[in-house]
Amino acid sequence: MTAVTPAPPGTAVDPAPAGVLPPGRSPGRSRLRTAAGFAFGAALLFAVAPLVLSDFRLALLAKYLCVAMVAVGIGIAWGRGGMLTLGQGVFFGLGGYAMAMHLKLADAGPGGMPDFMQLYGQLDELPLWWRPFASPWFALPATVLLPMAVAFGLGSLVFRRRVRGAYFAILSQALAAAMVILLIGQQGTTGGTNGLTDIKGFFGYDLDDPVNQRMVYFIIAGTLLALLALTRQLIHSRYGELLVAVRDGEERVRFLGYDPATVKLVAYVVAAGMAGLAGALFVPAVGIISPALIGIVPSIEFVIGVAVGGRATLLGPVLGAVAVAWARTALSERFPGTWTYLQGLLFVVVVAFLPGGLASLWALARRRDDGAEPAPRGWSVLGRRRAGRTEVPAA
Amino acid sequence: MSDERLDGLSVRDVRVSFDGFTAVDGVSLEVPAGDIRFLIGPNGAGKTTLVDAITGLVRATGSVRFGDEELLGRAVHRISRLGIGRTFQTSSVFEELSVLQNLDIAAGARRGWATLARRRRGIPDEVAAALETIGLAGRAEHLAGTLAHGQKQWLEIGMLLVQDARLLLLDEPVAGMSHEERDATGALLETVSRDRTVVVIEHDMDFLRRFARSVTVLHAGRVLSEGTVAQVQADPRVQEVYLGHPVDAGSAPTGREA
Repeated sequence: MTAVTPAPPGTAVDPAPAGVLPPGRSPGRSRLRTAAGFAFGAALLFAVAPLVLSDFRLALLAKYLCVAMVAVGIGIAWGRGGMLTLGQGVFFGLGGYAMAMHLKLADAGPGGMPDFMQLYGQLDELPLWWRPFASPWFALPATVLLPMAVAFGLGSLVFRRRVRGAYFAILSQALAAAMVILLIGQQGTTGGTNGLTDIKGFFGYDLDDPVNQRMVYFIIAGTLLALLALTRQLIHSRYGELLVAVRDGEERVRFLGYDPATVKLVAYVVAAGMAGLAGALFVPAVGIISPALIGIVPSIEFVIGVAVGGRATLLGPVLGAVAVAWARTALSERFPGTWTYLQGLLFVVVVAFLPGGLASLWALARRRDDGAEPAPRGWSVLGRRRAGRTEVPAA
Repeated sequence: MSDERLDGLSVRDVRVSFDGFTAVDGVSLEVPAGDIRFLIGPNGAGKTTLVDAITGLVRATGSVRFGDEELLGRAVHRISRLGIGRTFQTSSVFEELSVLQNLDIAAGARRGWATLARRRRGIPDEVAAALETIGLAGRAEHLAGTLAHGQKQWLEIGMLLVQDARLLLLDEPVAGMSHEERDATGALLETVSRDRTVVVIEHDMDFLRRFARSVTVLHAGRVLSEGTVAQVQADPRVQEVYLGHPVDAGSAPTGREA
């Protein structure tokens, strides 16, 4: 313990470098670096990837980038807000189904019904709740607003009752399970286990045409960059700082006069909107949305990518999500059946030994170079730091 | 920083029980505006629980008024917005945020969403003033987790200042501090009490003798004695609960409440 006295005004100048925030907080330099980073990312996604990848691989990348969008949202909710959301598949699915319903209706033409309805059901006409999705003016906003509304409803109930940590994680996962059960049970109007398949057109463009597939890829890449820009603004805003404070000391924030429930709700709703947008763009990229793509397993896979990449950083979730999705494809091609185990192992290793994800290796190396403070403190999976955190006595 | 209003705290017949155990058993006390009141008592006397009740953390019956406002029955963050701030036995600064960010968050409970969505530009005046008051101006950009123990406690107090707390409830602010840090903390309390009311839970008798303006002794959930330091020290009941020792002679009870 150092015996520094609170000095009289103006004398306590101490230039010690240890623990100073990483450089880049000076607005000019940070803005330049950001602009360079985004330019690099754009060049990679818009120029390099289409040049070096085959149409097949580019379509896979489009799919991975959709997963990365979900990851960006999880990075906000979990990495910054401490809410371990094991049910992002719900919001991904809501966005995906909203988009797929519109595209199916567009494929069927005015007054037509999606093919599967004639197959299974004895439906004479389109169900009432399908009808608004015929209009793109309803369907497109709904891909984002519907997940956000559901997240708002759920979050309002849950955060105010101070459900958090493992309880919140389990609850969000149960929601994913419930959604899958609902979809499968309503086969006649949702397509059941098969989901909504065989989507042919995307606002008048034929999705079988590689040129149009490429266009969908560009839309996805552009959207991801836009979401990253939005997230960066959010992280560096006062709200972003407050969100971290809530993650690390929810009770303390309450004693400062904030309602942490509201702070968490905003992050959760934003993450849900991003997942919904990702689901909506996933549909034209892959041509299908089904319960298997949005249930518990995919929901957990979203989180694994984020954990591997580094949940509290801006780029970590994106890179982690793409890397894990790519590894999944590459390894399943060669060693079918082993991927699930590898993925589980990867998750355990990262959580146990590298709670900050691969991004923390980067931060570690940079700090070593500066000769300053070593590793960041360990976090628990549930968002709170393990050591040093004051828990307000519950009693 | 804080407005001109200087209010006192009035606690009347406050009771807190947990599952049949009564932790605070009808405590009444008046802390006049601008006082530095020390709450002392053996372990389990109900000191921290009383502060918990005042700040809305535990349910209580009775009445707690600060100025004209009744506090009991309000949510924690609403009580805080009435100008009541507290610290905890262990420091609870946001260690992954800088000193400046900690203070900025503490200053911002009344900010609208438009402000929250933007970046902080520069340092707000009240934050700059607090940085000077608590002597951490040179460490504004440091992560709070890298501060020394004493500095964390000062940061906590600084957060109460920018929060515009007009009643400061400090739970063992000098526990674990060096002599120099204690002196500095005492000086800090005297500074902030010029336009605020301060209540301190403390076991350190030396610190109490030097900085308390008035003392309330709690024992088994009740007020045992109250008055100036000299009056309380002379009270035979107080000497008795402190295991027969006279309270002076520097033999401060150092145990901490669970």
